[in-house]
Amino acid sequence: MPEHVEYWGIPHEWGSPNILVYSVMFLAAAILIFRFFLRARLWWKVGRPEPRWNKLHVRLYNLIKYSIVQTRVLRQKYPGIMHIALAWSFFIFFLGTALATINTHFYTFLSGTVFSLYKLTLDIFTVVFLLGAILAIYRRYVTKPDRLTYKPQFTWTLVLLTVIVLGGITTEALRLAVEQPTNAVWSPAGYLISQAFRSTGASEAALTNWHLGIWLVHLLTAAVTLITLPVGSLLHVLTGPLNIFFAEIDRPVGELSSTPTDKEGQPVYVSKLNELTWKQILNGDACTECGRCQDVCPAFGAGLPLNPKDFILGIREIFEDAKSSSKGLSFDQSLLENHKLSREVLWSCTTCAACITECPVLVEHMDTIVELRRHLVIEGMIDSELQDALTNLGRYGNSFGQSPRKRAKWTQEIDPPVKDATREPVEYLWFVGDYASYNPALAEMTAKTAKVFNHAGLDFGVMHKGENHAGNDVRRVGEEGLFEMLVEKNLSALQRCQYQSIITTDPHTYNTLLNEYPFSEPQTILHYSELLAQLIKEGKLRFTNPLNYKVTYHDPCYLGRYNGIYDAPRFVIKATGCELAEMPRNKDLALCCGAGGGRIWMEEGKIQERPSESRIREAMELDGIQHFIVACPKDITMYQDAVKTTGYESDLIVKDLIELVIEAL
Amino acid sequence: MTQDIFLLIEHIQGQVSDISYIMAAAARELAKHEGGNVIGILFGSSSEGLKDSLAVDKVIYCDHPALTEFTSDAYKRTLISLLEEYSPRAILFGNTTLGAGVSSSLSSHLKFPVINSCIKVSDSGSIISQICGGKIMVECQLGDKTTVITVNPGGYKPEEGQSGSSPETINFSAPDLENLKVQLTQYIEPEAGDVDISQEKILIAIGRGIQTEDNIELADELAKLLGGAVCASRPVIDQGWLSSSRLVGKSGKKVKPDLYLCLGISGATEHIEAITDSKTIIAVNSDPDAPIFDIAQYGIEVDLFDFIDPLLEQIENAKND
Amino acid sequence: MTEIVVIARLVPDLVEELEIAPNGTALDLAWLRLIINEFDNHAIEQAIILKERSGATVTIISPEAEGVEDMLFTTAAKGADRLIKLTGVGEEKPTNLSMAQTLAEMIKEINPDLVLNGVQAHDDITGDLAPQLADLLDMPYVGYISGVSLGDGKATAFKEYPGGVLAEIEIALPAVLGIQSSEEPPRYVAISKVRQMMNTASIEDRDAGVLETEGGVIIDRMYLPEAADRAEMLEGDEEEVASKLTAILQDLGLL
Repeated sequence: MPEHVEYWGIPHEWGSPNILVYSVMFLAAAILIFRFFLRARLWWKVGRPEPRWNKLHVRLYNLIKYSIVQTRVLRQKYPGIMHIALAWSFFIFFLGTALATINTHFYTFLSGTVFSLYKLTLDIFTVVFLLGAILAIYRRYVTKPDRLTYKPQFTWTLVLLTVIVLGGITTEALRLAVEQPTNAVWSPAGYLISQAFRSTGASEAALTNWHLGIWLVHLLTAAVTLITLPVGSLLHVLTGPLNIFFAEIDRPVGELSSTPTDKEGQPVYVSKLNELTWKQILNGDACTECGRCQDVCPAFGAGLPLNPKDFILGIREIFEDAKSSSKGLSFDQSLLENHKLSREVLWSCTTCAACITECPVLVEHMDTIVELRRHLVIEGMIDSELQDALTNLGRYGNSFGQSPRKRAKWTQEIDPPVKDATREPVEYLWFVGDYASYNPALAEMTAKTAKVFNHAGLDFGVMHKGENHAGNDVRRVGEEGLFEMLVEKNLSALQRCQYQSIITTDPHTYNTLLNEYPFSEPQTILHYSELLAQLIKEGKLRFTNPLNYKVTYHDPCYLGRYNGIYDAPRFVIKATGCELAEMPRNKDLALCCGAGGGRIWMEEGKIQERPSESRIREAMELDGIQHFIVACPKDITMYQDAVKTTGYESDLIVKDLIELVIEAL
Repeated sequence: MTQDIFLLIEHIQGQVSDISYIMAAAARELAKHEGGNVIGILFGSSSEGLKDSLAVDKVIYCDHPALTEFTSDAYKRTLISLLEEYSPRAILFGNTTLGAGVSSSLSSHLKFPVINSCIKVSDSGSIISQICGGKIMVECQLGDKTTVITVNPGGYKPEEGQSGSSPETINFSAPDLENLKVQLTQYIEPEAGDVDISQEKILIAIGRGIQTEDNIELADELAKLLGGAVCASRPVIDQGWLSSSRLVGKSGKKVKPDLYLCLGISGATEHIEAITDSKTIIAVNSDPDAPIFDIAQYGIEVDLFDFIDPLLEQIENAKND
Repeated sequence: MTEIVVIARLVPDLVEELEIAPNGTALDLAWLRLIINEFDNHAIEQAIILKERSGATVTIISPEAEGVEDMLFTTAAKGADRLIKLTGVGEEKPTNLSMAQTLAEMIKEINPDLVLNGVQAHDDITGDLAPQLADLLDMPYVGYISGVSLGDGKATAFKEYPGGVLAEIEIALPAVLGIQSSEEPPRYVAISKVRQMMNTASIEDRDAGVLETEGGVIIDRMYLPEAADRAEMLEGDEEEVASKLTAILQDLGLL
């Protein structure tokens, strides 16, 4: 009966090969663990504490989902399949080695059918690995996508791993060539190669010698891989799963953490390496340099200084410099002096969350960017336009610098008049938002929306001057104190009102009300697309004039990626009779318009191609497309500008969801 | 106290400022009601000739090297000494970098009542002033004592205070002007801008509403197309986006173009007072309540950035026709 | 150590509509929102710049008004050392001479090298504050300043003249300067810093004493200007308005 034979072909004259193998491997593993430990303990030593040990079952689930199944990697087909081929093969190889060890020393079970399946699996995955390696070689040396890092150590890693696997299949083939067991076909690839070896006419002794030689190389290569792991591109094998295990699970994406405090209760404004938490430093070490974040970043795509990949690698760079420099153990290097984390980089971020949606090892770029912005705000290192906006927000509760009393000016022409929610109870309290209230062109849209609500018989009201800017972008700019002040004002206004649900037309407002406002009671908060969908389903909104437009829909970041609302707007669009064509980058792949993160309040800077322009061009690729539908006030202004600057004004009309609804009524 | 109305003639580097003529016009109005003469006060050094063409009855002239150019200490001391000898009904100063300070220090020193920002004299002889950026008007009567009044441009044109004849001079000796606490070291001219906006016939003016430095390109394009130049209000200059030679306003240049097209300018009084001589003012501002619309002939309430490209296109087309 | 005193006042915010009080000679306070006088903001900034450059103690004095504590704490967050609030000011606006007399007493105690104040305040009808203060303190005054440096017993300042011209002026200290603009635009202060100051800094209350509201000038009335001949507004969307404007330019013979 075929069974696993230990150390076939390895001479036993110098003692049991066990001693050689285990001592080499244990030594290699010990060196690995020691080196890794030296690095890892510094995260905790240098960085601020942050408890991330809770809900172990959730953390383990994440570990399986992202480290083993690797769902994030699989978001892209070619590199996804390639990496699965490489990674899962090694999972199988480790499993195989572990089973073999158990079989040898504890409990024999690798015999018969079990053994055959065992051989078959290992063999298949050897081939899978080699196919993956071919895909990898082609990608890294022929296709050469921009987002990858092209450094010798990546070649070194690929070579080492391929040599290990080739060593494995070759030793197998050589053994089969000599032994010619009956179950050889259960290792199909090994069997084929063994035939090739036999055809060379080499003697059994020669084959056995070759086997020994390659086996030794295989052993040593494995040892070298382990020893060099902490300084090579394979570091992510350890740091990646750690980063995934310790990922943020308590807060939804749409909720930022408040300013951290030190032991004395003083706020910490992060600008130095040792002001980061250990987890933020781990982010730097976990980065696989895959560049997926870079590819989806709207700022990077526009030619702005921010590159999310470089940002994270910059943290790693500073950490490594700090370790090796003579200043060494004080670790209070400034982060902002590194050009990858400079002021211009920090202000480029639109907080669209595309980077954290793509990252295979769950690196948290945005949290660190916002924390560093808090430092810039405290130091007053902000440009004059942003300063004006923040000053106006602090003084008047809106970024336009206009009187709070003019906030509800758009209601003047509406009949029946819009209720004042601070004076009478309403079913739906409509939190309108700054842009929709004060920007003259958008205020028109708001008035139209009110008319639709009236038509549907909705009982709704607005807070007039009780409403202040909800604060979402103020928080993302890093002005935490102003955010807190706006929250206080809004909550106190809301407390004076009686309502069942809060509705809003602005996804930024939606996000912060839903995820960040500390309401004392649970609230129902709806984006108006959800409300419209509901009204349509309930029959309160009926369309008598079905539209035949071919349209495409742009998912706003704070509605889609942040809060998962993709279906409601699509439902509304289809209900109006339009034909919906999806852009390639749709749903959680949607490209940000560029206005978020407070950027609408900042100097644009040197831009090569605005993200909004890129998006319009993407839409124009759709055959016969007529309208570009948006569901966010800032998107309307951004895209209306973009159709002009790209010259597609007469070809593509930008419309808000509500305009389709009005036309179809 | 006589019924005469005095006014302090302002001159800088040998040029009499427009405000002096404006004050002369206002003083004449006031004198009609008070029944006295209009007397100009002129300090300088060999500057007697500057009195010519001012529509005043007489000029009190004080000559002293320390009075060649205005400095606050020298002028204050001389005025105090002068007012020990003369006691007019009222004394007018420009609400300017010269007159504003010295008028108030004088009023405090001599305990004279003071009225700011006079625009004109009413038909009944009261003083009409404008405060709060032009949003509030105040009507005052002269006090029991010599009343100090600072005058803003806008109520009278300089021409109204000019005359063909030269007024009579009364000489006045300067007091002790040793150990002055304020000395003028030098004047610093602005960087030679390639353009003297005060001579341009077509001006495109940009204000806070332009929002960012990059957007100034739009104004440049418009100016090029119309054959004019770009100028700006204070907020733009303070940011350093244009040289101070392009500043239009109280501390900048006074302009008199045929066309003053302003983009995103709200119309602060300091700016308005420098453009009142423009033939046609057209204002673009998204705020319908902006004070600029009170003095513009034409107003456009649109988002400036949506408007520029169609405008450039239309003008281009019209020019080619 | 150089002593600098800054007088900072709140003035009516012109963003809101202004109304006249029933008595017809003052502004209606009910609808008034107050903000810091922009020139005083520049004066504060200039004082802080001088402190950062060569060391100084900066004292801010403000008459009480709605929101003045926030304003004072903001100056503390920028770096002001001492905050003084004048109490007992009353609802009616005092004359600047009376205000200057009260301030002069207080300032003589502090015995500063430099007193800074915004060159003008848009709601002043009774003269400008800073020159009157200077006169009562027997200090020289120069206004429309846009840059200061301190030397031995004197200051060198740049005074703004029309046409973008500057005059370099030497002033013997102690002196009062009317600031037009600070050398750098006023900095931004994060709200959390201001809130922190509310816990760590303190405001001294000083009684303003008796303040005169009548200044020897009789205010007959305050009124809103008649809706002047407003501009002829061009209606329509951007395209329409652009073509109307182009037509006007053509008519004016400018194309």
